[in-house]
Amino acid sequence: MTRISVRVDGASYQDDVEPRTLLVHYLREQLGKVGTVVGCDTSNCGACTVHLDGEAVKSCTVLAVQADGAEVTTIEGVARGGELHPVQKAFHEMHGLQCGFCTPGMIMASIDLLQDNPDPSEDEVREGIEGNLCRCTGYQNIVRAVQQAAGELRGDGSGPPANGHGAPAEVDTAAAPHVVGQS
Amino acid sequence: MTAVEDRTGAPSPEIGKARKRKEDARLITGRTTWTDNMVLPGMLHLAVVRSPVAHARITNVDVTAAADAPGVVAVFTGADLAEEQGSLPCAWPVTPDMVNPGHPSIAVDRVNHVGEAVAVIVARSKAAAQDAVELVDVDYDGLPVVLDMEEAVEGGADLVHDHLESNTSYHFVFDAGEMGTGSDTEQAFADADVVVSRRLIQQRLIPAFMEPRSVVVQPQGDNYTMWSATQIPHILRVMAAMVTGIPEHKLRVVAPDVGGGFGGKLQVNPEEILCLLIARRLGKPVKWTETRSESLMTAHHGRDQIQYVDIAADREGNVKGLRVRLLADMGAYLRLITPGVPALGAFMYPGIYKFPAYRFECDGVFTNKVPTDAYRGAGRPEATFAIERIMDELAVELGMDPMELRRKNWINADEFPFTTVAGLAYDSGDYETATQQALELLGYDELRAEQQRRRESGDRVQLGIGISTFTEMCGLAPSRVLGSLSFGAGGWEHAAIRMLPTGKVEVVTGSTPHGQGHETAWSQLVADSLGVPFEDIEVLHGDTAISSRGLDTYGSRSLVVGGSAVVKAADKVIAKARKIAAHLLEASEDDLEFSGGRFSVRGTPGAGLGIQEIALAIFAAHDYPEGVEPSIDAEATFDPENFSFPHGTHLCAMEVDTETGFVKIRKYACVDDVGTIVNPLIVEGQVHGGLAQGIAQALYEEAVYDADGNLTTGTFVDYLVPSAADLPHFDTGNTVHTAPGNPIGAKGVGEAGCIASTPAVVNAALDAVRHLGVTDIRMPLTPERVWRAIHAGGDGGDRATAGSNAYGGAQTETTAGGGARSSVSNASSLGGDR
Repeated sequence: MTRISVRVDGASYQDDVEPRTLLVHYLREQLGKVGTVVGCDTSNCGACTVHLDGEAVKSCTVLAVQADGAEVTTIEGVARGGELHPVQKAFHEMHGLQCGFCTPGMIMASIDLLQDNPDPSEDEVREGIEGNLCRCTGYQNIVRAVQQAAGELRGDGSGPPANGHGAPAEVDTAAAPHVVGQS
Repeated sequence: MTAVEDRTGAPSPEIGKARKRKEDARLITGRTTWTDNMVLPGMLHLAVVRSPVAHARITNVDVTAAADAPGVVAVFTGADLAEEQGSLPCAWPVTPDMVNPGHPSIAVDRVNHVGEAVAVIVARSKAAAQDAVELVDVDYDGLPVVLDMEEAVEGGADLVHDHLESNTSYHFVFDAGEMGTGSDTEQAFADADVVVSRRLIQQRLIPAFMEPRSVVVQPQGDNYTMWSATQIPHILRVMAAMVTGIPEHKLRVVAPDVGGGFGGKLQVNPEEILCLLIARRLGKPVKWTETRSESLMTAHHGRDQIQYVDIAADREGNVKGLRVRLLADMGAYLRLITPGVPALGAFMYPGIYKFPAYRFECDGVFTNKVPTDAYRGAGRPEATFAIERIMDELAVELGMDPMELRRKNWINADEFPFTTVAGLAYDSGDYETATQQALELLGYDELRAEQQRRRESGDRVQLGIGISTFTEMCGLAPSRVLGSLSFGAGGWEHAAIRMLPTGKVEVVTGSTPHGQGHETAWSQLVADSLGVPFEDIEVLHGDTAISSRGLDTYGSRSLVVGGSAVVKAADKVIAKARKIAAHLLEASEDDLEFSGGRFSVRGTPGAGLGIQEIALAIFAAHDYPEGVEPSIDAEATFDPENFSFPHGTHLCAMEVDTETGFVKIRKYACVDDVGTIVNPLIVEGQVHGGLAQGIAQALYEEAVYDADGNLTTGTFVDYLVPSAADLPHFDTGNTVHTAPGNPIGAKGVGEAGCIASTPAVVNAALDAVRHLGVTDIRMPLTPERVWRAIHAGGDGGDRATAGSNAYGGAQTETTAGGGARSSVSNASSLGGDR
């Protein structure tokens, strides 16, 4: 067992982990962060994508010990103050999900893509998220969602994206964000 | 209209509104209830030891080392569970003499496909269970491996099940002449000017839902609760009770959030039964969650047919007859509807055309592979592919424009309802209008001009346009029809509506979603029916303790059948509320009008009562009429009278690089008629997703076995589920001809895109290179195959069926046996060419 210190979605944890434990298993099984899911065993599908110090990683290809001292943000930590992240909101508005299993990883990868390229073309979005598989949507509405979120993130001119590199997550004690009833 | 109603204004109809989905709230924030998320006190974890060989006798299983491993609680072998495991059910004996060898959940003395369970480890953690898998020592005595269907049906072939007489499970025939729905097929062919024959391959596919299968079972005394990532909690409950002997009323099945299914979770899985058996043995909650590799290897596959298709016509292009012979790969066993999938397709081969004669024959063939079963479309994509491909081949033979040939033969708008040569009564539609719109969406004339230019200039990149005009039978299904097809259940659906005291509404549906958006669409239906706000409605599903009756979600049936049950239940709520309203308003029922959620008294402006107020009044039950129960809750079961028949025209423009074989979809346009559209956002999403899977069959996906029966596409590295970068933008549209057979007028949309798109894509590629002498290319259209077809002739050949290393291109005897294959059927000169 190895002791690690890690901040996940704004909360600090010190835990003993087996050296072979994958970050995704640590998140799901030790921290109960089950919003992040496992979709494959070859790092192809990207369903487990989280941010490690602000960069998207597939958490099935990172050992928990590699996250020692790092800041991890999962799908459960991107909404702030009861407000959805613009990418979450755009996935809802553009019908960028159906079964929703790939969605946490897809959103985390998309946020990362928009940090690197705030104004991606359709082709750039498609290439930017090609490490994440979706079986339901045919991707078209995901592409629309990412481009809509890009517009919103650029358009307000109010500083860096809420989950940019410079803004690590804080524990969100506001009510969980809701979308029901928004039309 | 009363003055009151004019002032408040009736809300705009929900049906037809692009409502954003209620489901999204939990899915985009990670607040989900996937089965694998579940943790119960004392829960044990299962890992399955699987056969590494395709066909063998098990001579010994030594579990000593595994049982002694850290954290391991128990190890079960097939012998341990043989007495209590029964056989996994097959609900569709398509012929009276169909041979079903039985399907153990865990192998006892022999294995019949790679990945079959041979032992189960039970441990305190998933990691401990997984670690111990490698410690189980199994001795196998190898048997000959049967993989090739055409060889398997020959006399003297090695047998998958040596206690059976042959590898053929059944021989299913539909002959329109004999059934009285058409004329004599042999005569039609004898009299025809032109006959075109082809051997087409429907490769084996893997549903590849994103959420791996997962099961949790909690025993509580002699009661059991099973959570499973399933499409069919209701069917699973009945079947699991029958298989294990656990009484049905002691078993509750819950499908929580389920991450996609596409038919792949329309199954009673071996692991679901094993979890139940082991939870019963140990009295402890257990969980099994598969890895992706396990899923690709052992969850059922789809398609896998060899189609021998003959079409007869006169020189003017009037079709005269259609003859189809199928070999359908069952795999090693018959699962829930394995034999029924190709048989369901039997009725769709005539497509949208007016054939006077039709004969269909299908052999279900056993091989040493994982069983096939439902995959999105289930029989209908295969049929649509065959007819839309052969129509193109006939057009080439006749020197006709492929669209002109279709037009000449399709059912005209004024001919509906139309009974086809397969005996189906197509309900409504207009193929011409959908086609016109699709041609405009694509920019057909412009692309044809460009194709001509590229052809004339000998451009290295050639352009082709592919057509697929399709229909499908949906809304499965009228129970009596299913009975006549020997299916083991009905096709009805159930719904209940509970009016809560505060006026909120619970809608209980027996149709179990896994991404389709029932919670949103059903809310829209009920909002319109009851006149209550969309936000006041909650849709409950997927738990047999809450939704007591249901037949679940598959076959584009949910809205058509399940939604209709919801509407019928709402009608009953209104009828019950009307009696209460009449009593409270001191008016005659006949004088009440119900509109916008409110009963008003005709001719008495201002007098009225909302249905949500009635819900509170009847909860209090202080004042209600004699002779009625104090409740306005209601339930309904809807059994459709007929199938529904969505249709559409799909067009694909394809660029083919003749030097590299690389194919690229330049443009894809389709116009679908799915009847009434309840939620355009959801309908469009379903079409997109279907297109992605249909295009993936044409271009990317294939489950490949090597000569020893190992799946060589056993990870997402090798099984090519397309990414965003692999798929084009889709231009979609709709026409609307409502379905007369259900109160909503919906026809079903879940499978349309997947059914229609595959032949459009292949026809497009062929159209691009036909002038180079190419007449067929085997799916998926890999660059290698396309290049070979252009430069070496034939259909591009096998990907890697022979040789025991994948992709080695090992040209062993089996692969090179094209001559032997074509002797099996003289229907095609293309058989197995390299």
